Parts: sequence; structure tokens; C-alpha cells
Amino acid sequence: MTRTGPGRMFDASHMPQSALGGAVFDGFARVQEIGPLGMISLRCALDHPACPAAVQAAVGLGLPAQRRIIMDGQRAVGWMSPDELLLILPYADAAAALQRIAAALDGVHHLAVDVSDARAVFRITGPRADQVLTKLCPVDLAALAPDELRRTRAAQVAAAFWREGDGYTLVSFRSVAGYVMGLLSHSAQRGSELG
Amino acid sequence: MLTLECPYCGVKAEETELTPGYEAHLKRFGPGSSDDDFESYMFARKNPKGVHFERWRHAYGCGKWFLAARCTVTLEVFGTYPAQLGEPPADIIAKITAKRPGWEGYK
Ligand SMILES: [Zn+2]
Repeated sequence: MTRTGPGRMFDASHMPQSALGGAVFDGFARVQEIGPLGMISLRCALDHPACPAAVQAAVGLGLPAQRRIIMDGQRAVGWMSPDELLLILPYADAAAALQRIAAALDGVHHLAVDVSDARAVFRITGPRADQVLTKLCPVDLAALAPDELRRTRAAQVAAAFWREGDGYTLVSFRSVAGYVMGLLSHSAQRGSELG
Repeated sequence: MLTLECPYCGVKAEETELTPGYEAHLKRFGPGSSDDDFESYMFARKNPKGVHFERWRHAYGCGKWFLAARCTVTLEVFGTYPAQLGEPPADIIAKITAKRPGWEGYK
């Protein structure tokens, strides 16, 4: 894949496209496909002394505790598993962040991959946003911590979500973006509110 | 419905977030073993009516394999523990022994 970069002519055909072009559904909650976001999957021993410096160099944030996400503006670090973090940053910054990670973890067993183009991202907002997810995910949202990153399934596909602003941000694989948009929209249909 | 707490990420995972891995603590017999040992490793399972030790994978979550002790009759869960442990932790054994007097042990 060709990418625009320093010294290269600007070419609109190389601009990143989100999976669904920013599709929106307005029901009892609002569903919107957003992005593309820069996302890096970083796998390494999180207790390795070099790990915090690598994350700091990549997105300027510290290490999240188990199942937590640290957010600051357009950047975030989420705890995905005992040896995996999800780094979120502006799409255009991913390549440079990967280089900084490689430098910080030189000689340390790790894996850092730009997964920006492998993901789709959705916002579910409004006072009843939780009901949209409650119908799709086997998760007790009332017990979800404010800064918790929950990996689970949305109907038949893997998903991860967390609270953000007046709703939730949900990440799925890009290959199932249309399916997830359909699920969320159906779940948010007016007249299907819970309680 | 079965709910198992993943010992790696702490999520109380509902059964549909997990992938079953069947009986835990099998001793592997590979190349060079006798036919009988290999056959029993491949095919013979306890399939007990009662206390059972199982492998589960937190598939729709952190992705890790873990082990669980539960009762196949009542679905009572005695505990979960990391797959790196070669045998069930003492506290889980004690809990089972207290609740199931006469239990013959996990081996
Ligand atoms: Zn887990």
C-alpha cells in the first residue's frame, strides 16, 4: 500500500477511509461510525522496565491498570490482556510512534503492529446509550468502572468498548464493520427501549 | 448459564464469551510412548458426574487459556486458576473437599 509522507506529493486517493464513511443512525441513541483512528497493538511483558518508556514515547501516557484505559484527548492506552496494550492516536502519527516504540524496546522481546486499518470504531451516545450495548453484549454495564475497557462480544463478533463522553466508544474488526453497524442500529431502534 | 472469572483479566465471563477446552491436567504422551498410553491420552476422558477440572479460553476477551473446577451436576463453580499451574491450588481443593466429602481427588 502506498502512503503519503514527507517529500511525497499529496494525493487524495491515498487518504485513509474509515470502514463505513462515517455512517450515522439516529434512534433512541445515536450510533456513528468514526475514524479512522491510529491504533497500535503492542504486545510485551507489561512489567518489563522498558515498557512504560515505550508507551510514553508512543502516546505520552502511562500504563493502565488491569482492564483500564487512560485517555487524554486524541490519545489513549487500553489494557487488553496481561501482555497486550492498545495504543490509540491520530491516524497520521502511527508510523512515527512505531519507530519510537522500536527504539524504546530495542533488544526487548515485543511485537508492535499498526492495526489502524484493521479496525472499525463506533460512538454510541445519548442518555440510553447503555441499552444499545446491553442488548448485544453479555456485560453488566452497571458494574463497569468509568475507565474500564471491556472486551467481549457484540452478538456474534468480538468487540471492545469503554465509556467516553456522553456514551461509549466501541471497536470491532473492520471486516465486520457493516455487521456491527447493523447490530447497533437495530438495537437503537426507536420503540425498542428497555424498561 | 455458567459464569467463570478469568484469572488473567478478572472479567466474570459468561459462557458465550468462552471457548471450552475440555478436561484439564491431562498428562501428554507423545512420540515414543506406548500405544496404550497414547490411546488413553488421546481418547480416554473421565467425564465425571460431579467435580470436573476443565480448560477454558477467554476467547471474547483477553484470549488466555485458564483452568476451572466445577460440578457437572449442579454447575457450581469451585474456582478458576491460571493454566500455568500443574495442579489445582490448595484453596480450591479444600473447598471441594469441604463441599463434597468423599470426593476421590482430581487425578
Ligand atoms: Zn480474561
